[in-house]
This record gives sequence, C-alpha cells and structure tokens, in this order.
Amino acid sequence: MNENVIEIKGIYVKLGEMVVLEDINLNVKKNDFLGIIGPNGGGKTTLLKTILGIIKPYKGDIKIMGETPEKGREYIGYVPQYVFFDMKFPITVWEVVLTGRLNRTKYFKNYSKEDKDISEMALKQVEMEKYKNKKIGELSGGERQRVFVARALVSQPQILLLDEPMANVDSPREKEFYELLKKLKEKLTIVLVSHDIGIISAYIDKVACINRKLYFHDSKEIKIDDLMAVYGCPVDMIAHGAPHRVLKEHG
Amino acid sequence: MVEALQFEFFRNGLIGGILASIACGIIGSYVVSKRIVFISGGISHACFGGIGIGYFFGFSPLIGALLFGVFSSFLMGKASLKAKEKEDTIIGVLWAVGMSLGIILISLSKRYAPDLFSYLFGSILTITEADIKLMIFLDFFIFISVILFYKELLAISFDEEFSRVRGLNVDFFYLYLLFLVALTTVLLLRVVGVILVIALLTIPSAIISQFFYSLKKIMLFSVALGVFFMIAGLFLSYLLNLPSGATIVLLSSFFYLVSLLFKR
Repeated sequence: MNENVIEIKGIYVKLGEMVVLEDINLNVKKNDFLGIIGPNGGGKTTLLKTILGIIKPYKGDIKIMGETPEKGREYIGYVPQYVFFDMKFPITVWEVVLTGRLNRTKYFKNYSKEDKDISEMALKQVEMEKYKNKKIGELSGGERQRVFVARALVSQPQILLLDEPMANVDSPREKEFYELLKKLKEKLTIVLVSHDIGIISAYIDKVACINRKLYFHDSKEIKIDDLMAVYGCPVDMIAHGAPHRVLKEHG
Repeated sequence: MVEALQFEFFRNGLIGGILASIACGIIGSYVVSKRIVFISGGISHACFGGIGIGYFFGFSPLIGALLFGVFSSFLMGKASLKAKEKEDTIIGVLWAVGMSLGIILISLSKRYAPDLFSYLFGSILTITEADIKLMIFLDFFIFISVILFYKELLAISFDEEFSRVRGLNVDFFYLYLLFLVALTTVLLLRVVGVILVIALLTIPSAIISQFFYSLKKIMLFSVALGVFFMIAGLFLSYLLNLPSGATIVLLSSFFYLVSLLFKR
C-alpha cells in the first residue's frame, strides 16, 4: 500500500513580506516515521502550521488524506512546541487531555462518557494515568510531553505531528519517549520536526532537511550537500558524532 | 458599625459590592490566568467614553458605558487578533481615546455633572435600586455564559493554537471573553469607578491563583475574597470617613502584598 497521507506540491509560504518556504515538495506515506531537521528559523514550524491549515501557502497545493488542510486537520493530532505554554496556567493533566476531544459539535454539551473513556485510555497509553490530577506545571518536561501526546491521541488521529518534541526532555528520558513513539507508529503516521540532528536515530525511518527549501529522498539517507545547504556548517562533526552514522561517503 | 446598616444607601452599597464581586471573581480568574490584564485595563478605561455619550445625549451613563465598552472590547480584540505586533499600541490609543471622549462630552453637555468624579473613582453609596437590578442581570448573564462555554474558554485560554487545530472558533471565544470583561466593568463602575476597575478585576484572582490549581476553585474563592474586600473596605471607609472605592482597592492591594510573602 503506497497511500500518501500528506501530499505537498510546490508550495511557497510568506510570513509578512519574507518568503520562508520555497517550492516545498513532500509526500508522506502511511505509517512513515519522518523526521524533518533544519536550523532555527528554517521554516520548520511554518511548514507544520501550513500542514495544519493555520498558515496558507500563496502558491502550490497541499492535501491531507486527500482533503484541504482545513478539513484534513481533523485527522491530525498536533503536539505543539513547549515554549508556547504558560506553565502557571491553572489546569490539570486530566483537563488538558480532555480538551483534545473538543470540536464544534461539543458546544453547549458536557464531556460524554465516551470522551472520558478515550481520554483515560490515552493517558494509559502514554503511561501518565497516575498523574491525572496533577497541575500541568508540576510535571517534568518529559512527562508534560507525554500528556500533550495523549491530548493529541484522544482525537483518534491518523497522523501525529510533533514540533521539537525533545526540546525539554532530559536525555535519559529521550529513549523512553522514542519507545513510546515507536509503539504509536504501528497505527499512526508520525512527522516530527527538530533543529537537533541528534533526533536521527534508529527510531526514525526517513529524514528530510529544511531551510527554506526541503531536501528529501524518501529515505533515511541525507546527502552531505543537503546538510551543507541547510546548515551551512562543517558536517563531519555530525557524521562522526551521531550514535548511528547516517551519512554516506560523498561521491 | 451596625448602625450603618440602618441606612438604605449603605445597604444598597453593600449589595452592589457583593454583586460586583461575583462577576469580578469569575471574569478576573480568566483575566489573570490568560494574562489579558492590559487589554482588560484598556476596555475598562475606554468605558468612560460611553459615560460621556450617555451624559451628552441624555440617557443613562451606565447604558452608555455598556454599549461603548462592548464596542471598544470588540475593536481591541480584533486588533490583538489581527495585528499582534501593534496590539499594545492600539490598545493604549483606544484606552486614551475613550477617556478623552468621555471628558469632552461631559464638559460639552449642558447638564450639571456633579458625579463625574464618582464615575472615575466610584461611589458605592449612590448605588440605586435600578443599578442593582442591572447588576443582577449582568451577573446572571456572565454566570450563564461561563457555565455554557466553560470547557471552550478553558481550552482557548490554555492553548489557543491547539484549540484552533481542533476546529474551535478561537476568535469568537476570545472576543466573547473580552465582551464579558466589558460587562464586568459596567458592574464595577458604580463601586470603584473606571480607573480602579482593573484593580478589583485582578487582585482577588491574583491572590487566589497563587494557592489553587483549578480554575473553578480560583473562581469560587476569588468571589469569596472579593466579597470580603467589599464588606471590610466599605466598613473601613465608613469608620474612617474615606472614599469607599479607593479604600476597597487599597485594602485589597495590601492583602495582595501580604499574600506574596506566603506564596507557595
């Protein structure tokens, strides 16, 4: 089965007057685990927001499960970047997860039994059910990330989009978090973006590089030229320092 | 102190103060948690323009404040949604426009305006039966709104973007919240006046939110604390013969400072 769950054809995106994404082409297939890496300011978050239909491209076409992003985003579970939250906000883990069940049809109604059952299950899935009544600000970075994954899961998505998921996770916890994603991958397509080349690990199947333009060969292989173009820095450090060598010799 | 309760104006003042605390505690909890203190300050001050309109055209200044407050909350809300980078400038300007409009219209109106000062700083002891009826209606409206949209308001306050992705009408709920701030301002006008509204809107919830996690609890205890400030402040101003609005605000501020020492 070679179904494309995300299809991006030649999109251009402007923020204000600046072109931040240029001629992006990307097909994500069902059950892919794709990592998109690129430097800060390279357009990673903008690309995610375009996929979610929050930002509109001025050129090109984008389809989520064959639909426009506005419609297609109901198939997407979104895990935003940590920095966007106010950790002093008075809300519990349970309340956060439940908000993932909200949509326009829930106006004037209370959360149903189904909503609560699904939320309970999602918390179990990410192994956070013990923290149900904790305030979100009391959790560690890794625990919080799990809660946000649970919130994304309760809408029963086909695709999971994660923005810098490791940004606030301690390194010992990273492996556990990847294990969680690996489990989820059996049923979902996962796309995560990061500025950190270290995310290229045994867990990720495919890697793309982004810095205004996107470099993608539908595989885990990155060409040194691509990394040079994206990061504009010496790459031998990356090739030798990474736990799993992913760069092939050039030539 | 008990003898003060014999006077109808004192009783009305007390009832008005309690009614104001209800809206204050509920909406103030959103204002503090969602950190929209500045825009709320803008809305409450801009209401003064509506008071001027009421004076000038000869209808109730409170109704004027209500209409103009809702109008300016909409403008400021739109500005903050559409022009993020200029948000605080636009709010600052509208804030000043409202105040200036109020002063000019009041000075132009032929009618005598002895209680200009009372709309700026409040005069809880001049609250009438009609004011109380309006306050009850506004309290009721705010209460029902928050019950109906509790989970949506919580979601958009915590994470606007996620709510947008879930398909919630984030802009609508944000504007609705600001609309409720405008209604709360009108409720507080007689009690503390436009200049001091923002203090009572934020102080009780700011104190309580240091000690409680859940928004519902913060609302509940903020209302209780607001009622306490109103009653204690009113009696204090009566005993010491001081302006009531400012006494209530200073008393609340004192408690806020003390609470910072005990913060967890």
